[in-house]
Amino acid sequence: MSTIETRTATGADEAAVRKAIASTARPPRPTAASAALTFAWRGMLKVKHVPEQLLDVTITPVMFVLMFTYLFGGAIAGSTGAYLDYILPGILVMSVLFTTVYSGVALNTDLTKGVVDRFRSLPIWRAAPLLGSLLGDTVRYVLGGTVIIVLGVVLGYRPGAGVPGVLAALALVVVFAFGLSWVFTTLGLLLRSPNAVMNAGFMGIFPLTFLSSVFVDPDTLPNGLEDFVNANPISILASASRGLMEGNPDMGDILIVLGTAAAIAAVFMPITTRLYRRG
Amino acid sequence: MTPLAIEATGLVKAFGETRAVDGVDLAVPSGSVYGVLGPNGAGKTTTIRMLATLIRPDAGSARVLGHDIVSEPDAVRGVVSLTGQLASVDEDLTGRENLILIGRLLGLRRAAAKERAAELLEAFGLAEAATRLVKNYSGGMRRRLDIAASIVVTPQLMFLDEPTTGLDPRSRNQVWDIIRMLVAGGTTILLCTQYLEEADQLAEGIAVIDHGKVIAEGTPGQLKASVGSGALHVRLLDPGQRPEAEQVLARELGTVHLEPDPAALSVQCADGDRGAEAVAALTRAGVRIADFSLGQPSLDEVFLALTGHTAEPDVEEQEAAA
Repeated sequence: MSTIETRTATGADEAAVRKAIASTARPPRPTAASAALTFAWRGMLKVKHVPEQLLDVTITPVMFVLMFTYLFGGAIAGSTGAYLDYILPGILVMSVLFTTVYSGVALNTDLTKGVVDRFRSLPIWRAAPLLGSLLGDTVRYVLGGTVIIVLGVVLGYRPGAGVPGVLAALALVVVFAFGLSWVFTTLGLLLRSPNAVMNAGFMGIFPLTFLSSVFVDPDTLPNGLEDFVNANPISILASASRGLMEGNPDMGDILIVLGTAAAIAAVFMPITTRLYRRG
Repeated sequence: MTPLAIEATGLVKAFGETRAVDGVDLAVPSGSVYGVLGPNGAGKTTTIRMLATLIRPDAGSARVLGHDIVSEPDAVRGVVSLTGQLASVDEDLTGRENLILIGRLLGLRRAAAKERAAELLEAFGLAEAATRLVKNYSGGMRRRLDIAASIVVTPQLMFLDEPTTGLDPRSRNQVWDIIRMLVAGGTTILLCTQYLEEADQLAEGIAVIDHGKVIAEGTPGQLKASVGSGALHVRLLDPGQRPEAEQVLARELGTVHLEPDPAALSVQCADGDRGAEAVAALTRAGVRIADFSLGQPSLDEVFLALTGHTAEPDVEEQEAAA
């Protein structure tokens, strides 16, 4: 057999492989929480190794802040400063919600590679890969949101409620995003390619963001549209964030936002888990 | 009698109208490599995916190391590991991170997972590439990492789906060596392959599968015997000498097959000595030879002998794997 020589020259070292094979006892299975946190860790490693993906979703909102504030700000709100106060919490919402689409894209990418097969053949809590990945994604949401807030401050935005208000708003947006991201993981499991998930995701989230109070005060809209915009959860999230950042939080809005997030998660979490299990 | 590691009866899985697996029975003894041999689309991957509890069979049943794949999937997952046809590693992480990830998911503590990752990277010749992203690995490195990930905790049974498809010969030999060492260490391996040579090199028993059914079973020797033999392939320096070569080979070995290549011919030949004599006879006759080989029957020849049709590629398996 000529393979003996090639082995020592290039690849696996025989003695080391034998030792590696022999040396493991099976540890007790990880707890559900530990498995989920391991997947969250994986998500954060990806932020480190593939930062482009975070950039992709951050650049659009940054451009929107600049464009809307300086191009339309004066026309819409009388001055760019006044409009920045209005739009910044809205863009925070937009920025974080756009990032949720990528949770579905990432899951679909995993499926098209073989790595999901390995996860599914491990003796772990079956929802751990999904829950953990989304927990890891919340780090992404926080980063994306922070970029927008820092940009706002640089441009002269001074939130009335200061740092605590901003943190509360960011937390609310991230919690809502966590709920919403289950919609996109469901899409991620149903559609055939990462691109299809991206297109379908933005086809939904883009118009919903524009038909909300993110950019303009709904009072200025024609009646039918105004009703729609007022009922849009993204509007409620935007005004709740605005309230928190300005220092006049509306508990009603906040509760609606949290309730909506919980409802979305309650419907789509089981669907996602079921689809993932089926493979 | 060794206990059976896998005992499958009448496994069926259909995707729409296509019965990808159509009543597969398998009896895989513990402690050896068992080969499942077949062309693309024969149902190999689907069979493995059922046994590894990734998909549920539509009919039939199977026990893996004593655990039922439908009613006790978690128990099965606790004792097997899977190396899929697509390398089942995360391209966006480094090799080291991949192994730590799997170690943590198997329940190792952080320090133990790191230590184990380092040990495996060293053993599989990946220590230098440990901190590189897997997307920059070569096919052979990726495969080795994949197998390393499968033995972070040494499994009792390992599913290997076409572990050397697409690898260069050197990487293929490395993977074969690793498989041999795993078996020597006591792991049972179910190996899916399209290559008779691979099954012949590694497996003690082989099931040949076609259109979702097992069409033959036995040791590599028995299978090859059922096909008849291997063949002597000769390529001449001068295509003009082919009639002469044909005469000599026909006299030495029997019916000669003229290849599409005008300088090439082949003839059935099971016996190395007689093959060598035939080559010597060619040289004595003044026929100049560019190269010659005494090969085992190919999968195509096995299939031709067993089924009457060649191992044509099919689209079903790709769909099933997707």
